Amino acid sequence: MLMLFLGIQLQAQQCNYSISGVVRDFHDGDALVNSTLSVNGYEIYALSDFDGNYKLEGLCVGTYTITITHPECEVAEFTVEVTKNVTRDFKLEHHTEELNAVTVQGENANKGSVSSVSTTLHSETLEQYSNASLGDALREVPGVSSLNTGSTVVKPVINGLHSSRVLIINNGTRMEDQEWGVEHAPNLDINAAGNVTVVKGASALRYGGDAVGGVIVTNAPKAPIKDTLYGKTILSGASNGRSIGLTTSLLKAYKSGFYVQGQGTAKYAGDLRAPDYVLTNTGLRERDFSVGFGLNKFTYGFDAYYSFYNSEIGILRASHIGNLSDLIRAINNGEPNYVRDFTYDINAPKQDVSHHLAKLSFYKRFENAGKLNLDYSFQQNNRKEFDIRRGDDRDKPSLDLRLTTHTLASNFLYDAATDFKANFGAEVSYQENFPDPNTGIRRLIPDYEMYTAGVYATADVDLSPEWRLDGGIRYDFMQVDAQKYYLNSSWESRGYEEEYGDLVVSRSDSQLLVNPVFDYHNFSGTVGARYRIKPNWDLKLNLSSASRAPNPAELFSDGLHHSAAIIELGDLRLNQEQSYKASVEFTGQIEGLSFGINPYYNHINDFIIMEPSGLQYTNRGAFPVYQYGQVDARLFGVDLRAAYIFNENFDLQTVFAYVNGEDLDRNRPLIDMPAPNVNTKFGFQKPEWNNLKLGLRNQSVLMQTRFPDNDFKVTYINDAGEQTTERVEVSRTPEAYSLFHLTSSVDFDVFKQSTLTVGFYVDNILNTAYRDYLNRQRYFADDLGRNFRIQLKFNY
Amino acid sequence: MKATKLFAMALVAVIGLNSCSSDDDNTPEEINEEEVITTITVTLVPQTGETVTLESRDLDGDGPDEPVITVSGSLQAGMLYNGSVLLENETETPAEVINEEIQEEADEHQFFYQASSGLNADFAYTDSENTYLNNDVSNPVGLTFNLQAGTASSGIFTITLRHQPSKDAEGVSEGDITNAAGETDVQESFDIVIE
Repeated sequence: MLMLFLGIQLQAQQCNYSISGVVRDFHDGDALVNSTLSVNGYEIYALSDFDGNYKLEGLCVGTYTITITHPECEVAEFTVEVTKNVTRDFKLEHHTEELNAVTVQGENANKGSVSSVSTTLHSETLEQYSNASLGDALREVPGVSSLNTGSTVVKPVINGLHSSRVLIINNGTRMEDQEWGVEHAPNLDINAAGNVTVVKGASALRYGGDAVGGVIVTNAPKAPIKDTLYGKTILSGASNGRSIGLTTSLLKAYKSGFYVQGQGTAKYAGDLRAPDYVLTNTGLRERDFSVGFGLNKFTYGFDAYYSFYNSEIGILRASHIGNLSDLIRAINNGEPNYVRDFTYDINAPKQDVSHHLAKLSFYKRFENAGKLNLDYSFQQNNRKEFDIRRGDDRDKPSLDLRLTTHTLASNFLYDAATDFKANFGAEVSYQENFPDPNTGIRRLIPDYEMYTAGVYATADVDLSPEWRLDGGIRYDFMQVDAQKYYLNSSWESRGYEEEYGDLVVSRSDSQLLVNPVFDYHNFSGTVGARYRIKPNWDLKLNLSSASRAPNPAELFSDGLHHSAAIIELGDLRLNQEQSYKASVEFTGQIEGLSFGINPYYNHINDFIIMEPSGLQYTNRGAFPVYQYGQVDARLFGVDLRAAYIFNENFDLQTVFAYVNGEDLDRNRPLIDMPAPNVNTKFGFQKPEWNNLKLGLRNQSVLMQTRFPDNDFKVTYINDAGEQTTERVEVSRTPEAYSLFHLTSSVDFDVFKQSTLTVGFYVDNILNTAYRDYLNRQRYFADDLGRNFRIQLKFNY
Repeated sequence: MKATKLFAMALVAVIGLNSCSSDDDNTPEEINEEEVITTITVTLVPQTGETVTLESRDLDGDGPDEPVITVSGSLQAGMLYNGSVLLENETETPAEVINEEIQEEADEHQFFYQASSGLNADFAYTDSENTYLNNDVSNPVGLTFNLQAGTASSGIFTITLRHQPSKDAEGVSEGDITNAAGETDVQESFDIVIE
């Protein structure tokens, strides 16, 4: 600068030149009023007028650096060469302040439309679940429950719907992790997420048109645009399962917009305990890490991200059964028939799942237009499931699926107008499933290749400060090209020969190979409005329609499902299901009281369900057969929340959810609908006392009284060797239960800029024995007993 | 636009790598279930007279076809039979004899034999883990057994194979299935007449 200054001085001869022009907003081209322009090293200033015009005078021939400041913009510097009077317009990054504020909080536009009902969980909440899973944390959201297999496989359920009906968007990429299975938990580490947003319903069209239930969006923490280095480490321990968990993350960012970040998690747990017995073989191992780097400039940038997830999960030994009489024994016993002393060992039955996600994204902003995003992502999911096997096969998995997905997505955000925003995008993907034949067991899911292509457009308009409208449409094409072996006997008994005989590629004595190639055309859309009655009082109305093609399990599965002792049959004849959902959300605040009321109605045509269709006899004994079929269904319900802040120390929050699902074809309830539940938390906080926070939470789940009667009668040989006929009560729902949990934490300043938060938690304080309707292991064992947890969080 | 170039290069690299590694367009191989027990044969050899065989054959395993059950004849009242079980997987050629695996894992398997109340027959194990494993454990396995036919009667004879039963639980070593737990690998019933 000094050199420049001297250089200018030396050349100075005639000093009456000027620079003039207009200062504009980069974004929408609007003139910027009251920008201050100063010439570095000189006492020359100018202020832009109402039309953005400025004039800097008294300049000599030379090169000048001009600094421009504006209250709503980041300081910008421009270099201008002066040989005569210069006219130069400057464009400022008008929204930078807003952009930075948003990125620091970790929130961004990755949500549904304005009118959609969504809830975001921030890192403070997520951290409490550091040693648990995403599904556990999401139960904090009104209307979200979980479908469990034990307590380590936790799948989120949104307004009664789950699995393929709930999309999980991990860092902008749709998770392809065999989510069709009810025993397949999302393969992502909760500690990698900076925040998680749940969008109820299908209005987040950018991510897919098949979100009949909803969308869960997780985002990695965003790097701030400044020179900084920070990180955090959380060490957790729990008495139940004698588990230990460690997660650590570090982020280095530069003012230039460049950043590098890394994060890793390890969890180690042994057998869990119900109040009265050990839940044998329920240990867990988890190893995850993610790394990323990128550049966030205002006009362009890129991100590169890679994450790896691996978990090994023991499945309750007592839930692995051989046939229907084993199931009857388990149901009648009321206690698991296999209980051993605590161990960290994990034996079969177990799951070993890995997920790789690699992603490259790039964005560029265009003046007076908007922002273009391009993303490429690669995912590979490997799921191995181990059953109790015999002989040479004992250490082989009985299911070994490798799912590889490539996705290329683009989105253009038009945001040049102040009261109108629109997104346009297209997406293509290729997916390949490879079931390893070395399992020695016929494939549950066949080899298949799947191609998808989708296009969408969404827009939202501010009609007035009160009214905001939004809408969008999406079209998806999907082709699945499978190679599937059927037993000759199943092919015949399903009546496929007449309908699909031309798909048969080859036939052997016992099996035949079929090559179904199915195309699906899916249309989805959303329209909605938000009316701001007054500050903090909003009314939202949203209508959405989603279309979901049947997943590979629904189409192709045929075979024995060990943990349920059922034979599951897919159906090639299934077509896509189409949902029509209306939801209203009314939120308001009166002094310390805030509330939200969210009723909804979801009508689903051709809803794919699994229903019993008889018994099948084998040398192992009898098995009930469940077959996928389609019915028209409707779900309605309401999610309520209310919070009251008594004073600066005490507050009370409560959320309630009710959902009612009905099979309209047969006028009977839908299976697996969450029971009505209430969560109430009484909190105390005292910032002066090392930020002490105490919470007492009550979780009450009523008995689900609406369930379809799928009980069946079976004749079998009982333990006395007598042939008896018994009704198998598979439908019955567990009793209501009420649990109390304690949360507490204090902060300590340890070093300069470092805080240590010590948390102490007790789950199920009263050690209540209970079973939950949405736990697949409810027939076999009680849920978790009391659990003391300690968490040390170190922010630096 | 350094970032653009970097992005483009990385994209090309990733796509290139993946297209190389993608699997050949081979037809997937046919899998014959390795563990399925398609055929259960119980051979009952009397001290004198005709051998009786009981067979259950289910060639499609977990498929929709039911097992085909054949009983070669009736038992003689008061006769002692030497019984043995043969488990086979006939989806493989030649058929795989599963007994070998049971013998190798004798400590994890046990057969149970039961007669319904109408059928006058008693059972006794004639083997133990020690027979196959030389492990000095006297817990029964049940690949061989004695059947003592009583007075003329008829009823159901059931054979059950449990994997990982609690062999030390009460009554289990005497052949009482009540406390055996474990999971069922085989369960088949035969209608028997004692004349």
